[in-house]
Amino acid sequence: MKKIIKILGTGCPKCKKTIELVENVVAENNFDAEVVKVDDIMDIMKYDVLSTPAVVVDEQVMIKGRVPKREEIVGLLLF
Amino acid sequence: MFEWIESIADWFVYDFLGLLHKTHLAEALHFFIYDTIKILLLLVVIIFFMGIINSYFPVERVRNFLSRNKLYGFEYLMASLFGVVTPFCSCSSVPLFIGFVKGGIPLGVTFAFLVTSPLVNEVAIGLFIGLFGMKITAIYVISGIVLGTVSGIVLQKLHLEKYLTPWVKQILENSKKEQEIFTVEKQPFKERIVVILEEVKTILKGIVPYVVVGIAIGGLMHGYIPSGFFEKYMSKDNIFAVPIATVLAVPMYSNASGILPVVQVLVSKGIPLGTAIAFMMGVVGLSLPEAMLLKKVMTFKLVGIFFGVVTICIILSGYFFNIIL
Repeated sequence: MKKIIKILGTGCPKCKKTIELVENVVAENNFDAEVVKVDDIMDIMKYDVLSTPAVVVDEQVMIKGRVPKREEIVGLLLF
Repeated sequence: MFEWIESIADWFVYDFLGLLHKTHLAEALHFFIYDTIKILLLLVVIIFFMGIINSYFPVERVRNFLSRNKLYGFEYLMASLFGVVTPFCSCSSVPLFIGFVKGGIPLGVTFAFLVTSPLVNEVAIGLFIGLFGMKITAIYVISGIVLGTVSGIVLQKLHLEKYLTPWVKQILENSKKEQEIFTVEKQPFKERIVVILEEVKTILKGIVPYVVVGIAIGGLMHGYIPSGFFEKYMSKDNIFAVPIATVLAVPMYSNASGILPVVQVLVSKGIPLGTAIAFMMGVVGLSLPEAMLLKKVMTFKLVGIFFGVVTICIILSGYFFNIIL
C-alpha cells in the first residue's frame, strides 16, 4: 500500500535536511511512498507538534524536533 | 582543571614552533589554541548533559505540566526554568507558541518560556564557562531565568491577547487544559544516548565554524590590542553604553554566539562586564529571524511590545551588573 509521508516544518535548515533525506531514502529503495512537504503553520498545528521538523507517516506523528537518521526512515517505511 | 591544555598550547607555540615569549604573534596563537581546545571540550560536555536532561523533559512534557498544574504564581518561574533545559531552535518558536496557547497556558507564561529558552541554552553556557568562568556563568544563567520570569509577568499584566493574529485568537478561545498525564516514552538509556550523541554532533557542526573564527579574531585582538584600550571610550560612567550595546545586539542572530570570544577579549581590554553581558543577552536572546517568525502569530505591535519589554529588562540587568560587579 502506498504510504503518505509528510514532513512538517516552516523551512528551517533542519526541515530542509529532513525533506532531502526522506526523498533520498524513498528514491534509493524504491519505496511506494509519496513525500509531502507541509510548511503552512496552520496545517502543521493540526498535528499538535511543538517542535519541528516532524515526520508524519500515514497521519501518525513518528518523529519530532530533530532530523531523523537514515535507518530510522527506512524502518518507518518498511512497516 | 585546564592546566594540561595550557601545557599543550605552551608546547606547540614555544617548543614546536619556537616562537619567542611575549611577542604578539605568540600570544595570539597561544590564546587561540588554548581557548579552542577548552571551549570545544566544554561544549561537548554541556550539550551532552543538557541532551540527557532534555531526553527526559521534552517540551511536550513541559507543556503538559504547565497546563495541568495550578502553580499559584510560580508558573512564570517554572516556565523560565523549563526554558533552560529545553533546547530552542528559532524555527520551532511558532509551533511552540501555538502549542502552549492551545494547551491553555497563559500568554505571559508562554512568553517567560520563550525568553529564557534561547537566552540560557547549552551553547551559551558552554561558551560562558570557557570564556568567563563559573561565577560569571552562574550570574548569567540566574539573571536569564529572572529576566524570563519578570518579562513574562510584565507581559501578562499588559493583557496582550487582543494583539494576536485572528486565527491564533480563535485557538485561544478553544484552548483547553490538558487532562492526560504525560508519560515518558519507555526507551532504554542506551538508545537515548545514541540519539543524544547524534544531536551533539549536529549542534556542534552548526556552531563550530563560527566559534573557531570568533576565537581566532579574539586571539588576534588579544595579542595586538593593549589592555585597558577601551576604558577611555566605554567606562562604567557612560550611561549610554549599555543601551547602545543592547540595541545593537538585538537584531543579531544567535549564530553570532561566535562573537562571544571576541566579547571576552573586549572585557579583558576594559569594557565593563555588565555592558558586555547585556550585549550578549541581546545577541543570544532576541533576533531578527525570530521576530519575522513570530509575525505569523502576533501582530506587529505585539512583536514590538515583546521585544521592547525584553530589551528593557536586558538593559536594566546590564546596569545592575555594572553596579555590583
